[in-house]
Amino acid sequence: MTPSSWTSKADDRNARLARAADALGTRLAGKRVETEAIATLLEAVLSPGDRVCLEGNNQKQADFLAQALVQVDPQRIHGLHMVQSVLALPEHLDVFENGVAARLDFSFSGPQGARLAKLVSGGRIEVGAIHTYLELFARYFIDLTPKVALVAAQAADAEGNLYTGPNTEDTPAIVEATAFSGGIVIAQVNELVDGKTTMLPRIDIPADWVNFVVKAPRPNFIEPLFTRDPAQISEVQVLMAMMAIKGIYAEYGVQRLNHGIGFDTAAIELLLPTYAESLGLKGKIGKHWALNPHPALIPAIEAGWVESVHSFGSELGMEDYIRARSDVFFTGPDGNLRSNRAFCQAAGHYACDMFIGSTLQIDLDGNSSTATLGRIAGFGGAPNMGADARGRRHASPAWLKAGREARAGRTGAAGTPRGQKLVVQMVETFREHMQPAFVDRLDAWTLQEQAGMALPPIMIYGDDVTHILTEEGIANLLLCRSDAEREQAIRGVAGYTAVGLARDRRAVENLRDRGVIRRPQDLGIDPRQATRNLLAARSMRDLVRASGGLYQPPKRFRNW
Amino acid sequence: MSDVPAGLETLDFSFSGGKPAGAFAPVLVGVVGSGNLEVLLEPAGGDGCAVRIETSARGFEPIWQAVMNDFHARHPLAGVRVSINDMGATPAVVSLRLDQAVAEITGGRP
Repeated sequence: MTPSSWTSKADDRNARLARAADALGTRLAGKRVETEAIATLLEAVLSPGDRVCLEGNNQKQADFLAQALVQVDPQRIHGLHMVQSVLALPEHLDVFENGVAARLDFSFSGPQGARLAKLVSGGRIEVGAIHTYLELFARYFIDLTPKVALVAAQAADAEGNLYTGPNTEDTPAIVEATAFSGGIVIAQVNELVDGKTTMLPRIDIPADWVNFVVKAPRPNFIEPLFTRDPAQISEVQVLMAMMAIKGIYAEYGVQRLNHGIGFDTAAIELLLPTYAESLGLKGKIGKHWALNPHPALIPAIEAGWVESVHSFGSELGMEDYIRARSDVFFTGPDGNLRSNRAFCQAAGHYACDMFIGSTLQIDLDGNSSTATLGRIAGFGGAPNMGADARGRRHASPAWLKAGREARAGRTGAAGTPRGQKLVVQMVETFREHMQPAFVDRLDAWTLQEQAGMALPPIMIYGDDVTHILTEEGIANLLLCRSDAEREQAIRGVAGYTAVGLARDRRAVENLRDRGVIRRPQDLGIDPRQATRNLLAARSMRDLVRASGGLYQPPKRFRNW
Repeated sequence: MSDVPAGLETLDFSFSGGKPAGAFAPVLVGVVGSGNLEVLLEPAGGDGCAVRIETSARGFEPIWQAVMNDFHARHPLAGVRVSINDMGATPAVVSLRLDQAVAEITGGRP
């Protein structure tokens, strides 16, 4: 059958634009829509069942447009299919409660995870799938292309050019997928400039990709997700950071890496200019980073350790510091950071030799997950960062060494020389309230049964994990040659958890003799040396001081 | 001890076969704070090592037993009384404090 038209998407867009022009009348000037007319605009351009991308990022939120979407008349607009990377705000779920939306594809719902689970079990939301960020962005260009995108920017000019400021994040990926497939792009902005007397500092999204611009009554919400107060880093975290630096970073010569979120990796960042420096590692590890602008990295940057940082998003309070260190960060001609989640996820996957991060549960196969009962949270970027890049072809010493360890003695396809990405899971054997990090069975399996998922929500698969690091030691899973060996290597660093206590002591000693398990003493580390004095900054105030006053922490972190 | 606050659990362990620690001034390390603990080592008569634990986290006796067994294997002490006031420290922190305390009476030798 031949379709009657080959331009139905463009025709549809033109029809929607005409509807909007009719409905708005004088409240539309060029691409500018009056703030009060936002509901009229949304009801004019949306149709029931549309696929809508509401920009909810890890940090930046199109909060005004989210509130406006909740307010549309469900009699007219209903059954929307929401595609968005993060569900952070209550409004992101309110649209399902009032029937405006029905279906959801997403990546992460941390703050809304419990409510999402309730709405799913109550039949109010049909979840298509949970993705890693890059996977969701990829689907924007294949089978989840948005019809309407609701995005956030710092400022727009009279033509509709957008300036995102440092938190560019997901905006380019969303707008490109929508604008080039007959969709409609609506941007909320904090500020309007005329483009003649006042210019945008730079253009992040060109005007002809944008259909409507509306000034939000309040600046868009941004969450300082990656700020960790050094005062809360424990001695045990210092010990684990020392083990990471000596037993993994130095061992493999890791120059290109990504750190997950949390205090464990913040401790590593703060030990680079002190402990790692004392080991003579400056210039040998930690030069290139795929990382948000972590305040904890300031002392290492100031000490000359870091050559480059490319970021997924920005971090509140780091703006002036970034501007003053433009050799290190990716910045525009205006001096401000340009972040980009899609590119940074690609960089973390293909151009980094190591991912190191924390988790909540690890099982005897090395599968790890942060999924817990009663919550549907997703994993954001971790599944992408914490996975071997099977398509990678360029070599580096760290990647080659990991590959050699994994392939030594193997034959056929499994023995064909290639490299491997280092994927390190760093956990204390017990979390707070004595919750064991090592378990016989991940909660993910029960969650799969409860929520009727096709697969258990595993964050990082055991066959991608190369090292497990706890206060008891490092288990190098690359060197394991059977499931039984891998199990004992994991038990052998699981401390006093039930999993750890059930170890075969002889097998574990044997693994230690072979270097599969390495204790602090095997690395020449005396746990009693692991004090907070080793941290290059021990408080928020120290970080501000290290930045020469350029870093300006958000109020809630100003505790001095 | 009858003045144990409600909610605390008291555990006693004793070990034999250690080497006499000899005379030493009592040693106190750590602080009683959330997720932390205080360890007191004192000289005691006899040739054993008696351990008394008061902990706010109830129900972890098997883990304490394992932690103290390993401690005794690392540092076989005799003529020592070990007193622990615990506020939910993890085994890693407990072992670290014990090692720090022993280092003070043995002059830094691990």
